[in-house]
Amino acid sequence: MSWQASEMTPEVTWREITPGCAIFEGGTSVAVETGDWRTKKPVLDWDKCRQCLLCAPVCPDMSIPVKDGKRGEFQYFFCKGCGICAEACPFHAITMVRDEK
Amino acid sequence: MKNEMIEIRWHGRGGQGAKTAALLLADAAFHTGKFVQGFPEYGPERMGAPITAYNRISERRCTVHSNIYEPDYVVVVDETLLSCVEVTAGLKPEGAIIINSGKTPQALRELLKGYTGRVCTIDAGRISEEELGKNFPNTPMLAAVVKVSGIVEPDAFVTNMEQSFRHKFAAKPQVVEGNLHALRRGMEEVRVG
Amino acid sequence: MGIRERLSGNEAIAYAMKQIDPDVMGAFPITPSTEIPQYFSSYVDNGEVNTEFIAVESEHSALSTCIGAQAAGARAVSATSSCGLIYMAEMLYVAASNRLPITLAVSCRALSGPININNDHSDAMSVRDCGWLMLFAETNQEAYDNYLQAMRIGEAVGLPIMICQDGFITSHAIENIELVEDDKVKAFVGEYTPQHTLLKNPMAVGPYATPVYYIESKRQQAQAMIDAKRVVRAVADEFARMTGRQYDLLESYRMEDAERAIVIMGSSAGTAKQAVDELRELGEKVGLIKIRCFRPFPAEELAQALRNTLAFGVMDKADSFNAHCGPIYAETAAALYAQGVGAPKGISYIYGLGGRDVRVESIKRVFSDLEEISRTGETGETYRYLDVRE
Repeated sequence: MSWQASEMTPEVTWREITPGCAIFEGGTSVAVETGDWRTKKPVLDWDKCRQCLLCAPVCPDMSIPVKDGKRGEFQYFFCKGCGICAEACPFHAITMVRDEK
Repeated sequence: MKNEMIEIRWHGRGGQGAKTAALLLADAAFHTGKFVQGFPEYGPERMGAPITAYNRISERRCTVHSNIYEPDYVVVVDETLLSCVEVTAGLKPEGAIIINSGKTPQALRELLKGYTGRVCTIDAGRISEEELGKNFPNTPMLAAVVKVSGIVEPDAFVTNMEQSFRHKFAAKPQVVEGNLHALRRGMEEVRVG
Repeated sequence: MGIRERLSGNEAIAYAMKQIDPDVMGAFPITPSTEIPQYFSSYVDNGEVNTEFIAVESEHSALSTCIGAQAAGARAVSATSSCGLIYMAEMLYVAASNRLPITLAVSCRALSGPININNDHSDAMSVRDCGWLMLFAETNQEAYDNYLQAMRIGEAVGLPIMICQDGFITSHAIENIELVEDDKVKAFVGEYTPQHTLLKNPMAVGPYATPVYYIESKRQQAQAMIDAKRVVRAVADEFARMTGRQYDLLESYRMEDAERAIVIMGSSAGTAKQAVDELRELGEKVGLIKIRCFRPFPAEELAQALRNTLAFGVMDKADSFNAHCGPIYAETAAALYAQGVGAPKGISYIYGLGGRDVRVESIKRVFSDLEEISRTGETGETYRYLDVRE
């Protein structure tokens, strides 16, 4: 029986899958790359950013890390390119650009 | 071998305690070592509407779970039911009908559609009023049923009921005495015709 | 030696719950199961149990409460009937597929309409494919005994379990019963020690499963039900060692050389036993198979029990409205076909709906039909209603 989310691959058999597909660990979305759903990506102009932090809470994923009261660089591993942060920024510091992967 | 099971059908009105009386009789028989069933026939609960309850009492466990259609005894808790319910339906002639009434058995027999078995009356309401100050006819009714049917040995029945009253009315000893008087009078005053 | 008592079926269930002292009860009242939470709440109020009693606003919420509690690692129980049970339907599936061994007492009652409060099996049969284990009782004693075994079975296979009895017929009837001493009950039922719970370690219950995973999950759930047959028997054997009362998936009654048999479930099995006894007195080779464990369905055992009969009737206290047979008949026919048993002729009887009284005479009429079928070889209509006015 597999118990960790990382072991729940598309190859898992009915004998090995967890009962009810329950996941016996927390925060498993950390391992899921949602960044590859993106067609546009946000780019931050650090000169325009006033660290007002209005962008961070509107991010529906975990793409805007905040540490010691300041936001950091985008975590593109999670960013789906929704553009809400760009809409929320009052200083036009975030621009959505075509994502060239 | 004679079927040793005794089947009883109770007729009352919703709220009069016929179901409780059937359960009390099952209790009394249980305490003398019998196998018992006590169950009401359920429908919408309506105060005053005719209701039926049943007992099976036997030496062996009875597996049948149907209603009773050919009872050995019928008990009528409210005599006004005699005119609207066919209380003697299926009643065995070697059995008896026991009616809560101040009238004589002879006076009630003509209402019973030619029933040829024993007709018994007990004025349970009056006994209850005199002994308990309230119309709780169950105790004298139960005593009359035991006396007429012999399903429980009378002395064991009285002893058992006394214990039950002392337990139930531990805080009110005068109620125990009243109930015991009502019980004895029920056995003594039942008229068999 | 047990304790001699006389209790109604509902009292017996509430008493078993008291002896087990579950962690949580989520309940909403409905006739005829209302007395179970009613009596049990008195035990809670008197401090006789440590259970958290959660009064909710619906049966859907009652079972949701149990699901949350069981996932958190608690033993959760509820009780219901009729419309209340089918109002739980969505959550019944959730409980089973999340593999939460909740225990639900069901005092079976007809479904509306016409509105009716009396007994049949329409409620339980309508949720028979939700993935719950289901035991049915003939008597108050069996309701009590099944309840004491319920958690052992459910927890061993990780499935919820319904303990069904017939509303009013046993739920409200006083009968003799032998109770098991408190300490023995405690020792028999034991502690609930799930490997994973919401309160122990981080855990996600009931996640989304894409088509890549869903059917694997269901196949595993199906295996739990298959495995449950062995567990139901093992727990019954252990229970028998404690009480002397032996149970199995089904009970064969006077089937030794029976040429005609009925398959039946619930309180009417007792009435039918009397009919069998009376017909045996007359030399008729008749017998009866009572289904105690409906889920998992004892398919092989039932087929073996019926294989040497000439004709059988399957008694269903619920109709499937499929224009050809009742639910237990469908299961029985499938079981026979799978075992390659084709000789006995079977009739599906729908009986006892909405509290229609089932008498010894009713069952004798069935045996009379079966006698004619086995004599003439003509089955006639195989989908019949018993004791219905023509």
